[in-house]
Amino acid sequence: MVRTRLLSGNEAVALGAWEAGVAVGCGYPGTPSTEILEALAGQPGVYTEWSVNEKVALEVGVGAALAGGRTLVTMKHVGVNVAADPLFTASYTGVRAGLVIVTADDPELHSSQNEQDNRNYAIAAKVPMLEPSDSQEAREFTKLAFELSEAFDTPVFLRMTTRLSHSKSLITPFEGDGPERIEAPLAPGFQPDPRKYVMIPGHARARRLVVEQRSLRLSEAAESHPANRIEWPQGLTADELAEFGVVTSGIPYSYVKEVAPQAPVLKLGLVHPLPRRLLADFAARVKRLYVVEELDPVIETQLKAWGIECVGRATFSGIGEFSPTIVAKGLGLPVPDAALAPVLEVAVRRPGLCAGCPHDHVFAELHRLGFIVSGDIGCYSLGVLPPYNAMDTLLDMGASLTIAQGMDIMLPADQKRRIAAVIGDSTFAHSGITGLLNAVWNGRDGLYIVLDNGTTAMTGMQPNPLSGERMGRTDAPSLDYELLAKAIHIPDGQLAMVDAYDTEAISAAIDHLADLSGVRLLVVLGLCLIEGQKLKRIDKLDLKKTIRRDLVRNHPVGGQHG
Amino acid sequence: MAEVFNALLVGVGGQGIVLSSDILAEAAALSGLDVKKSEIHGMSRRGGPVFSHVRFGAKVHSPVIPDGTADLILAMEPMELLRWAPSAHTGAAACYLAAPILPVGVTGYPDGLDDELGRLFGRLVRIELATIRRSVPLKVRNTALLGAASVFLPLRQDSFTAAITALAPRGSAEANQAAFDTGRELAQAQLKEPADVE
Repeated sequence: MVRTRLLSGNEAVALGAWEAGVAVGCGYPGTPSTEILEALAGQPGVYTEWSVNEKVALEVGVGAALAGGRTLVTMKHVGVNVAADPLFTASYTGVRAGLVIVTADDPELHSSQNEQDNRNYAIAAKVPMLEPSDSQEAREFTKLAFELSEAFDTPVFLRMTTRLSHSKSLITPFEGDGPERIEAPLAPGFQPDPRKYVMIPGHARARRLVVEQRSLRLSEAAESHPANRIEWPQGLTADELAEFGVVTSGIPYSYVKEVAPQAPVLKLGLVHPLPRRLLADFAARVKRLYVVEELDPVIETQLKAWGIECVGRATFSGIGEFSPTIVAKGLGLPVPDAALAPVLEVAVRRPGLCAGCPHDHVFAELHRLGFIVSGDIGCYSLGVLPPYNAMDTLLDMGASLTIAQGMDIMLPADQKRRIAAVIGDSTFAHSGITGLLNAVWNGRDGLYIVLDNGTTAMTGMQPNPLSGERMGRTDAPSLDYELLAKAIHIPDGQLAMVDAYDTEAISAAIDHLADLSGVRLLVVLGLCLIEGQKLKRIDKLDLKKTIRRDLVRNHPVGGQHG
Repeated sequence: MAEVFNALLVGVGGQGIVLSSDILAEAAALSGLDVKKSEIHGMSRRGGPVFSHVRFGAKVHSPVIPDGTADLILAMEPMELLRWAPSAHTGAAACYLAAPILPVGVTGYPDGLDDELGRLFGRLVRIELATIRRSVPLKVRNTALLGAASVFLPLRQDSFTAAITALAPRGSAEANQAAFDTGRELAQAQLKEPADVE
């Protein structure tokens, strides 16, 4: 499992989970969370799956935990929005075996559509949250999270951020030759307990009280939880008043230590619930208290509500990622001026689709025809940038089809005929299919295009329910577009499948389908180039190409042959 | 070494910056030093600029290099070196592959780019594509540049060898080591005298 002691935060979470005896790992890929399950997959004693979406993953996780297996569920921050429905009530049912949910937040929106701070979910769902600062802590806190989950019978959040997930630092050496896995405490088995697990209102009202009592006990436990600690500088006695002190957590802790190594620090590893007495005691020992936290002023707001004076947003922005330099400035410390100043202008380098990408012609054609393009989440989001300039909306996973439906309701006839939705294969499975069903059911007009490149490309080539493989690249059934269309009553003549590299066929298909009414489904099939290289290495490329060629041959524009 | 050494590795998606930085970080770890590294993957990197911070020393806190304190920039592309130059301090070293990869929509770089890089970096190694085009296969050019940059790095050669053995993709350790050696020799020849190694 481990070739080096230098692990990324994500690899360290997987290691910590495995050492903690995790039995099940599930999730949906999303930067920066993806590598956690990839590192866990294939390890002895663990079942892992990519689930269809985050809600499904969390529900599978709850079931596995109720059945006695320690379970890790991973997702990016916006994935928690999708999983929020089971989350809030799993807080009521509790878990039996440990259930740890990793939320990988993305300050700076390196690879996301928003910058939400998921500490707010911990508060709202009344679920504790741990936040590590480096890879060793990511490993340790994952174990602590399982223990906390079982001790308090609650799901537990582990909050990562992009910088932590994708940074590498040294883990402490193994005692033996490699990692050792502990026996998870529970044997598999389900003990029926409807008052705890069946959340009809009468039962849930009682559980609501249990959650409240649990929150009180968690607040008390936070005061002495091993993930929280005060670092008081040598040379300053314990009763001396320091000029300033810092409350911080996560990756910003490393920046504080970098720029102010001698400052007194209260490092919070358990970021929800907050330890009120520990914070008040620390505040009383410093003349000026800074709160160094990325994104929302969660700690600052709570401190102020408790009447503890502190400086947070007054000197630190709530927008974007911190850095050592930003933290130094916020603490009023000197920073060096930039010494090297180029005179020549630096050329802008934008991200873009790979040369030869199968999505290329669809976007070129939609742009040429002047379509209003309702977009979705994936590599193809880059269709909004030059040279395509072919996307008009992008909101969340699956929204391409449904936003197009709302437009179809409202737009005048001339514009209405020029709406297209584009969605990738993994996103279609994640939450596009329900939107397609909605369109047919409610009698919408619309051209919906699935850009099927055979993989979840943006996050690094994960299998999905349309790719014919599951986690670990073992063979799996793949969704059948024809049967899907038939089942939801899309007429045969309104389903077409074309080869992504057959530019004439794509143009002809869009032309033809644009003039029809009702729901039209165009599937553009072209393997992602990077996926193609991977398939070649495992001798699956020819097979995949054949399957796709047959789909195209059997479903030409205008209806099925024979 | 008491001070933390800050190395910034930059390039364009697909040039192997992540593997080079992994090898460098592992070499530092195998030398008994504390190490942290940081990079960003995902959407913004698809065809966009790629960078990796590698920091090593007795004790490293932040995985991110404070602004203006990079001791060395390794660049797989000249415009990327110019882009990241403000991350370095006066007197920092740089090493780059003089093989432009023009961004979409850009037809050419301004004249005087190499002169400008020479003006910014007192200690500079410039690897011409022609000198490695034949001798170093495309897939291991990143390691050749790491070899060239190694003349500025306070780490022993055997730690790089061990790191390459540990991390090179299966069957490619020898090719990576050969590329590393080629790069180092080219840099040494260019500098004519050995670099300061603490």
